[in-house]
This record gives sequence, C-alpha cells and structure tokens, in this order.
Amino acid sequence: MDYDIVIIGGGPAGLAAAVEAKKSRVDNILIIERDRELGGILQQCIHNGFGLHEFKEELTGPEYAERFIDQVKELQIEYKLDTMVLNISEDKIISAVNSEDGLINIKAKSIILSMGCRERTRGAINIPGTRPSGIFTAGTAQRYINMEGYMVGKKIFILGSGDIGLIMARRLTLEGAQVMGVAELLPYSGGLTRNITQCLHDYNIPLLLSHTIIRIDGRDRIQGIELSEVDENRRPIPGTEKYYECDTLLLSVGLIPENELSKSANLKLDNITGGPIVNESMETSREGIFACGNVVHVHDLVDYVSEEGRRAGKNAAKYVLEGFSNSERTIQTKSGKGIRYIVPQQIRLENLDNSITLFMRSDDVYSDLIINVKLGQEVIKRIKKRTLTPGEMERVNIDINLLKGTARETLVVEIEKEGQ
Amino acid sequence: MGRCIEVDLCGFFIANSLLVVIWYLQKGGVCMYDVAIIGAGVIGAFIARELSRYELKIALIDKDNDVSNGASKANSAIIHAGYDAKPGTNMAKFNSLGNPMFDKICQELDVEIDRIGSFVIGFDDADMETIEGLYKRGIENSIEGLEIIDGDKVREMEPNLNDTIKGALYAPTCGILSPWELTIALAENAADNGVEILLNNEVEDIKKRDLAYKIITNKREIDSKYVINCAGVYADKINNMVSNESFEITPRKGQYFVLDKSVGDFVDTVIFQCPLNVGKGVIIVPTIHGNLLVGPDAEDIEEKDNTATSAEGLEYIKEVARRSAATVPVNKVITTYSGLRAEVSTGDFVIGEARDAKGFINVAGIKSPGLSSSPAIAEYVVDIMKDIRGELIEKDKFNPRRRRVLRFDKLSDEEKTDLIKKDPRFGRIICRCESVTEGEIVDIINRNAGATTVDGVKRRARPGTGRCQGGFCGPRVAEILARELNKDIAEIVKDNEGSYILTGKTSKGE
Repeated sequence: MDYDIVIIGGGPAGLAAAVEAKKSRVDNILIIERDRELGGILQQCIHNGFGLHEFKEELTGPEYAERFIDQVKELQIEYKLDTMVLNISEDKIISAVNSEDGLINIKAKSIILSMGCRERTRGAINIPGTRPSGIFTAGTAQRYINMEGYMVGKKIFILGSGDIGLIMARRLTLEGAQVMGVAELLPYSGGLTRNITQCLHDYNIPLLLSHTIIRIDGRDRIQGIELSEVDENRRPIPGTEKYYECDTLLLSVGLIPENELSKSANLKLDNITGGPIVNESMETSREGIFACGNVVHVHDLVDYVSEEGRRAGKNAAKYVLEGFSNSERTIQTKSGKGIRYIVPQQIRLENLDNSITLFMRSDDVYSDLIINVKLGQEVIKRIKKRTLTPGEMERVNIDINLLKGTARETLVVEIEKEGQ
Repeated sequence: MGRCIEVDLCGFFIANSLLVVIWYLQKGGVCMYDVAIIGAGVIGAFIARELSRYELKIALIDKDNDVSNGASKANSAIIHAGYDAKPGTNMAKFNSLGNPMFDKICQELDVEIDRIGSFVIGFDDADMETIEGLYKRGIENSIEGLEIIDGDKVREMEPNLNDTIKGALYAPTCGILSPWELTIALAENAADNGVEILLNNEVEDIKKRDLAYKIITNKREIDSKYVINCAGVYADKINNMVSNESFEITPRKGQYFVLDKSVGDFVDTVIFQCPLNVGKGVIIVPTIHGNLLVGPDAEDIEEKDNTATSAEGLEYIKEVARRSAATVPVNKVITTYSGLRAEVSTGDFVIGEARDAKGFINVAGIKSPGLSSSPAIAEYVVDIMKDIRGELIEKDKFNPRRRRVLRFDKLSDEEKTDLIKKDPRFGRIICRCESVTEGEIVDIINRNAGATTVDGVKRRARPGTGRCQGGFCGPRVAEILARELNKDIAEIVKDNEGSYILTGKTSKGE
C-alpha cells in the first residue's frame, strides 16, 4: 500500500490536517484511527464550549468533530478505523494491524502524527495506600458515563484541577453523585478559568488548592482518602491531614503526549512538552514526518488543535508536491524567564508566509505583566497582559518582517513584571 | 455440588439413588474429596497440579476471587540460585532442589523464564566477608557456577552500578519469571487434569471427623479425607483449627516500584545488596515482561490483609536502591505494590503432617525463597501423600501441558497474519501500551482457571500493565469480560467480590 500522506490518529488534529492536505491538492491520503469511529476524545466530550474560535459558536465535542468528519467524507478522504499502528520506521514505512486487512505495511511519502495524549495515572504520581477499585482517571470515567452510559460512583473526590476533572465534577453532580471536593497540589488550578466558574463554583464544589492525597484507603472498593495541605515545596504539612469518605476517586493530574510511535521513528523529543521538536511547518526532526495537536504539546482549546492540524496538513502537502527550500538560517525559539515551553522550537524564515504564531505556556500565575519577545538581545515585540496562567495557552503572533535582516539565531520569549 | 453428585451417581443404579444420598448424608457430606488444598497460591497450585497426576478427587480452595491473589502475585519474581539459606534448613534444601526444576515445568506450561544471573554486591570489607560467607554456604548447598568477582568486572557487566562497589557474588542460575503467570498456569493445568477450583470460599472452621475433615467456608461445607494447608499468611489460623501444635505467622510487608519499560534494561541481571537481618535487602531487577522492579523494604505488620503502600516505605526503597545505582530511574514509576511474606515463628518452612492431626499436612511459613522452592516442595508433598495413603495410582491420561498461550506481540509477521486470518479478533488491539489483542483476552477468559475479573485479565494477558495503567483499555476489557461471561458490564469487578467498578446506569443510559 502506497500513500502520499498517512495521518496517524483521527482526532481533531488529524482530521483538520487531512482536510487541509486534501484542499492543498494532495489526493492520496489515508487516516488511520485506532478507535471505532473518527473524532478522537471529542466523542466523549458531550459538554459544550467547543468551537468558539473555529466556528464562532458553541458546540459540543461530538458536534465539533462531526463538522470535520463531514468534510473528510465530502472530500472522500480514505480512512481505516479500528486500526492500530504498531511501528513507524525511519524511512516512513508504517506497520499497522486490524481485523480486516491483518498485518499491513504502508509506504508513505509523508506522515502526519496526531496521536493525541493520555492521562497521567495514580502510579505516575505515586499515591501510597491500597489498590482498590473505584479509582479512575477523569477521562476513563468520562468514557464510562458518556459513551457506555454507566455511572462510576456515588460519593466522589477529585484529585487535580485539570479541565477534564472540572468538567467531570459537573457531569457527576448532574448525574446525582455527590462531589466532595477537588484538590489541587499547586496553589493555582491547571484548568481554564471558565471551567472553574461553570463547573465548580456554580455547583458549590470546593476547590482545595495546595492540597494532595497522601493515602488511599479501602480493600476491595475505595472507602476514603486522606488529604493533606502542602507547603511551597509541595510537601505534605504534618498535622493538616483530613479524611474524606468516598467510594470513587477521579484523577485529573495531567496529560502526557503519546509518543511511543515517535520514538519508534527516532524523532527528537522535547523534554518539557513531551512531544516531538517541530519547526514552523510542524515538521519533526525527520524530513517529511509532521506532527500536530496534543501529541506535540497539550493544548487548552480544541480550536487551536485544529489550527495546528491545518498547518501540518498544508505543509505536508507542500512537502509532497514541491518540497521545502532548505534554509541556511534556522532560528531557535527559547523559553526565557517565566515561560515553560514554546512551540515551534525552530523557525526557517523561507517557509513562512507572513507571520508565525508561537504557542506557549507560563510556569506560574502572573498578573500585570509584559511578554517580551527578543531576537538575541534585541526586544522585537512587547505585549501587555492582565494575567497569564499555566492553565491557559498563550499565542504570540510575530510578523515575518520583525525576524528579517538580522543574523541573530535565538528567539527568546520571557515574562517581565510591569514596572520592572 | 450438583456436579459432584451427578458424577458420583453414574456408577450406581438409579433405583438406588435415594439410598446413596442417605449414605452420603450419613457420612457427613454430600461430596467427599480425597484432598482439599487450602490456598491457591503458587504452593497450593503446584501441589494440586502434581497430585492431579494421580487418581484423586481434589479441591483447590481459595478465599479470593482468583488464584494467585496473595503473596504469589506480589513478590520479587525471582528464582533464587539457593546460596542464601542456611545449610540444613528446609529453605536451603528445597531452594537448591527447586531451582533446576523450573526449566521443565515452564516449558510444559508455556511460562516464560529467563536465567539472567544475579549479583550480590558489596561496598566494604564487612560486605566482602558476608559475600565470602554466602559463597561458602552456596557450595554447601551444592549451588553451581558461583563466583566472586571484583568491582571492575561487576561494572563491566553492569555499567549503571556505582563506583563504590568493591566486589560481588555472581550466581548464573538465578532466573526471573512472572510468579502469577506460573501460578495461574499450574492451576489451569491442574483443572485440565480434573482438580476442582473453589474460589471465594474463605475457610472459617475445620472439624475432624472419623474418616475425614469437614471444612466449613463462608459459602459451603467441603468434606475431604486429607487437607493440605497452603494458606500463606493465614496458615497459622488454618493450622490452629485442627492442631494444638501451633506456630505463628507474622506478615512481613515488602513494597515495590514497577518502572516503565523504557528503563527496563537499566540492569541485565538481578542486583542484590548484602542480606540484612530482615530479608535480602533492596534489589533492582528486570522483569520477564521488560519492566524494572525496585524493592522491597521489610516491615512486620499485624493485619494479614494490609497490602497498602506507604510514602515512608517507598522513600526508603529509593534511598537504599541508590546505594547500588545512584541513577536508578525511580522517576519512571508506573505503579507500586506491596506483598506479604509469611514469616513463621519457627524460622523455616513448616512442611509435614501435623503430629496430632492425621491427614492434615502443613505447608506453611513459605516465605522467600518460596517461589524458588515450589517445584521441590510440591514433589515432596506428593511423597508425604504416598507415605500416608500408600501408593497413589497414576492417571492414564494426565496431560502435563497446557494449551499454548498466544502472545500476539511475540509472533512473527507471518504467524500474526495467519492468526488474524483464522480469527479476526487477533487483529484488534485492545491494550495500546502492551499491544494485547482481543483474541488473546478472549482466549484467557475461556480456559480452566480463566479470567473473570479485570485484574484477572491483566495478570493473564497484560492489558493495563503498561504506562497508561488501563486508562484506555479498562472499559474495553470490562466489555469483553461481560460479553464472554454473559454478564452485564456493571457486574464485572476489578478483583475480589466487592471491588465493583460501576454503580449502575446513568439517567440516559437506561
């Protein structure tokens, strides 16, 4: 089997990439999806709030996915469901398996990685105690409730204030469960402000900042948790322990880009994002292999995932049809003070149209700040902001003219407190 | 029980059936076993499998919802070479006899074993003296291939170990395997050969009758001529129901880290430190599935069902493990667990017929090296049975092999293709982290001693053991279990009865 572009993962990133690649006049495209339908995790996100940027209206997850799936079908883009990619070789041979075709090897001129992310587990954050049933990652609970139609418990505690956890606090309350509280290790929430208001405050669910679970109790089913306040080094403070009875614990303690396949193709990964290092065209360290969406870095809004997917799709098409001009000059982006990461990590000016959008997250909560963009030591852009929180992704657009005509190779973004 | 009557009635005239029932009832039970084995851990399952070679009616009883649910699922997963135990003890005898027996049993039961060898590393003169002592013990215990090597040679073989290592005892016969896979395989093979497995039966009392024992569980009564006590940390309790010669078992908790496969090759051999008073110290060991295991600590506890991990214990393990290898990647943890060793007051395995209870055989206090000793212990218990009962009659049709376990991940491309053609379910990957297919899951459910729980599937076919810990595949596994067992998904439990996963339908799920 030979294709021009093979897209691995039929979630929002992959779908947008496929549509854009097709519109850019590449015909021979295949989407490989491991689940039973296209749409990825959106299919279990039945709440609304999707699409405000992309479609200027509020949609549910499945509705948002449907708009892209409709386009995929309209454009007659080929896709395989229930198909799992086992390996990607460095010369772009994809081995995959499904029930119908068996074991297949697919040769691709270009590959777009859009596998998304997975949730961090109890093991990853090391909560001591017993190993009873009733402990779910928030996304797994969401799947049971929204896709299978089953409830996971009656008296629920949630650890971590990531967006899925917040959304699930509301969902479970609406299903008649009692949500005892949401505990967050950090002094601020990792979720969107609107979710804290709409999912916790509106339902009187307490958000316990700077708290963590130090013990899980219960032999067969979870019976309770022991919560403790933590100090500024995130260590439990003795004497602050409090026991909560519950029959269910939900974990919303972070997402990890799923890059097992990227590793099989020997791509260079970024230690901070956990995703592949990409350039302005969303191309990875291996020529012709692109990546987009949560497999690159975890996004806050699906709208931006789609935007990034389009960028990857358009550039994969360009790679297949004409190739890139290989640059003499590559600018490296670098996180300065207060910035945790920046995507893309590399910019080749020749391949930019008019501007480049940098995606980034801060490392803490900041208020009344200025974002400084520096080329070498020279400040080329200053943006005033009221607040910046790690839970919300920041986008900074830089005009190509600001980057031209200098020999400096490093683009630094940093946070400056106003008045400094 | 219905099945039991039916089978036994076959030899009688139907007209006499009423009399038969009366005769059974007079004997004190409806159904008489020759041997009842209490505890379906590796020891109980091994004994059941070895006794299933003979014409005996055997019950393998466990309080839990699956076999291998106690210490056999939570230990260091090592087949020890056998230099450690004091010469002359049961531990030394059965370990040295047991170790070489694993190749055959693993081959028969299609269980993977890898003899990767082990080091006991020493940091100073005192340690080197200990190592010298272990070497001498090893020679007395007839352990082959032992060698004391210097620090440079150790680091040559294990470059990630610390520079502070002075020397080590090398034991090439040390091996690794999955202890629960072995136990499950033994139970399955025993059941293939006629052993009845009675799960969720917690023994509450045992009464001695003239010709037999009456075992009273929370579910039923079981009559058996002989009772074999393999109840792990509960073996003292079981013994005390029958015998006045008591011993005491203290659970000694040991906690472990399981690290991600990406660091599974941190070491290639089993890395012990010099033994402490309370165990063999913290080890670093690759698992047969390619993860890295770090642990255990040792803490004597009171409750026999307390397998909770603790922050202090886990912190201690990290600290001690760093003595062996400063860079041990404990940040790559995917899960932690703890197991309970059965520390017995006599200090050595208690194996034999109770003096004051004929036909009641203790196989108790089987702490480390219990797994390593299990084949030799099982063989010895068969000999005890022969002594007590006279010669045992061998079955014509004993089958030492169990049906091959298909591991999709390990097949060649041609084999994979053929398999999917025959059964398309092998083309559907359910567990993304470990590449486990629906075909494999269906297969391990539909066997004797098959999986009935999510953890049972996990232990037999590995979905959920990877880095996502069942986040993606958990609901799919529950769905497959429900379908194969003809249950509603809400009836599927994680592990024991009471470990329910779902609490019913949502308002829209009705």
